[in-house]
Amino acid sequence: MPDTLLYRPQHFYRYDSYDRTLVAERVEQFRDQVRRRLAGELSEEQFKPLRLTNGLYLQLHAYMLRIAIPYGTLSSRQLRKLADISRKYDRGYGHFTTRQNLQLNWIRLEDAPDALAALAEVDMHAMQTSGNVIRNVTADHFAGAAADEIEDPRIWCEIVRQWSTLHPEFSFLPRKFKIAVTGSPNDRAAVRVHDIGLRLWRNETGETGFEVIVGGGLGRTPMVGKTLREFLPKDELLAYLEATLRVYNRYGRRDNLYKARIKILVHEIGVERMREEVEAEYAATRDGALKLPAETIEAIAAQFAPPVLPARPPVSGAVEALRLDDPAFALWLKSNVAPHRVPGHAIVTASLKPAGAPPGDASAAQMEGVADIADAYSQGEIRVSHEQNLVLPHVAVEDLPQVYRSLSALGFAEANVGKVGDIIACPGLDYCALANARAIPVAQRISSHFAGLARQHDIGDLKIKISGCINACGHHHVGHIGILGVDKNGVELYQLSLGGDVDFGQTAIGTILGPAIGADRVVEAVDALVATYLDNRTAGERFVDTYRRLGAQPFKERVYAAV
Amino acid sequence: MPLFSEAGLPASYVALPFADWQQRPEWPAVALANTDPVEDLAPHVGRLRLVVLDFPKFSDGRAYSQARLLRGRMGYRGELRATGGVLQDQLPFMLRCGFDSFESEQKGFGEALARARTLFSVVYQPAEDGRAPASRLRLDRNGAALS
Repeated sequence: MPDTLLYRPQHFYRYDSYDRTLVAERVEQFRDQVRRRLAGELSEEQFKPLRLTNGLYLQLHAYMLRIAIPYGTLSSRQLRKLADISRKYDRGYGHFTTRQNLQLNWIRLEDAPDALAALAEVDMHAMQTSGNVIRNVTADHFAGAAADEIEDPRIWCEIVRQWSTLHPEFSFLPRKFKIAVTGSPNDRAAVRVHDIGLRLWRNETGETGFEVIVGGGLGRTPMVGKTLREFLPKDELLAYLEATLRVYNRYGRRDNLYKARIKILVHEIGVERMREEVEAEYAATRDGALKLPAETIEAIAAQFAPPVLPARPPVSGAVEALRLDDPAFALWLKSNVAPHRVPGHAIVTASLKPAGAPPGDASAAQMEGVADIADAYSQGEIRVSHEQNLVLPHVAVEDLPQVYRSLSALGFAEANVGKVGDIIACPGLDYCALANARAIPVAQRISSHFAGLARQHDIGDLKIKISGCINACGHHHVGHIGILGVDKNGVELYQLSLGGDVDFGQTAIGTILGPAIGADRVVEAVDALVATYLDNRTAGERFVDTYRRLGAQPFKERVYAAV
Repeated sequence: MPLFSEAGLPASYVALPFADWQQRPEWPAVALANTDPVEDLAPHVGRLRLVVLDFPKFSDGRAYSQARLLRGRMGYRGELRATGGVLQDQLPFMLRCGFDSFESEQKGFGEALARARTLFSVVYQPAEDGRAPASRLRLDRNGAALS
């Protein structure tokens, strides 16, 4: 039965007066900075880091506001407010990003402080979604619901969020700094391609702690992160992070923008030397003020206490009937519904990738629609995934038909999660000042080409990731098929790579297939890659498995014969 | 370059560049580049009266770490001056890292300094200004509620 509570408990961190005060004061500080900028008291050079650390980018056509969605978790009330803000200050839609944020692409500078004040009304902000600072911390989008989880990583994300917000020492780092946390052996947070990745695991004595991974990243120099610390006791997390950040702040390169990320420092001095530096710094601080008292951890953990879900039947007559009746629903159950830790419940992914649509976009009305569904069927909670989809984390199995119908009405029930149509794409040249080529139209053409759901399910798991430039916001390096837009004498060309992966233990950077191809050839090329796979696969093999077994050659031959 | 300090005009010492100061480490004032090893001042912090740390550009944040090491780890209590790219919007960070005097050419800097400690009444992390972070206040509040 739909739940019609007007007020419901929140199962993730709820701001107290300290958090609200800090965010409100930050809005007022920024309001004054915008006033001084408009009055000409601040140059654009001086203003730039101030606006960036408040989420405001200057894009190709307008300012863009990147709103932080810490660890990708939203209440229905917050999602409705985002819809509201997109209507009032933008063009009535937003773009969910690969870092679990929301971007509004048409903000006016004069309006930005008011938009931030509106966000603060629902305990949200846009702090540190850009700039050379510790960025909004990301997590497994199934956190707190996944059947395979050891511990909820969001507790630690929140602890890191607070520590890193307006950190006085680390607000002018050599470059941006991204941290991701996973609490599950099946890494859904891509922790090996972050500046720091934290993986919770249980050691032989039954204690949980972090594997600390450093120096991963995509961008123009993609690297898989290295283990800095095999097992870090949880209460020492902040002391260890502060030590690592201090080493980076002091010794990270600042002479070249493209060599300023921590991965370059780790690469140049080696992970052993990096470890020595960090451990020496850490030894001097570990028992200081950053050691986390058990009460602090418990108080934050208590806020993430999972919802008490009533026992529900694991098999529902209505679900089984519809499964037989509606093949699209049957496929949706397979691709868009994941196991929940509580029997009789499920995790539903709402695909923001209907065939032919820009990946990750949602209109204000769609956001409100998802908020309504979350209220009725998912404890009022929504997640944003780094694959640019929305997640309903706590759905009773017997409610799946209603959730499916409601999502269908919004256009978000495409049964393509993890399939060829579930494409990640950066905003590309349609919006971004850095891009060399368009990304969204390429994604739209590919997803239109592979629109048939039965065919997508036959092709199986296949991750296509598209970036419009080498900054790699579309994560093309870790796509099973990666597509990178490049500019050659004013012509947009696309470079294909194969074999990238972010699964834990499998993390790999894709290998470039061959010469870049024209925009009008990308669909044929992807089609040729898929056909090569279909012709050669053995039972149970995914695209990327076949590629690993056969190597690039058969794929390469077919692609370049086709284009 | 105009000099600003919360505690009125500081005592004036001529700060020697680090290389020169190393020749006469009994001198009470030293100016470091942000790549100089701040740890080398440790045996001398009781005698030093002025340390000047440089921001070659306002966006180059290495001296924030030097400042925290001086104040927090080495216990330096003399004047800690920021020079170079010093702008009013960095003041909340600089004050938290332990700076207490500032060379800046920015118009309105003095007024901004007078206001800087009032901009944020909540902080999230321990630093060198002695302020209790929100996490500490929460514990104290809960402790008080229980007793």
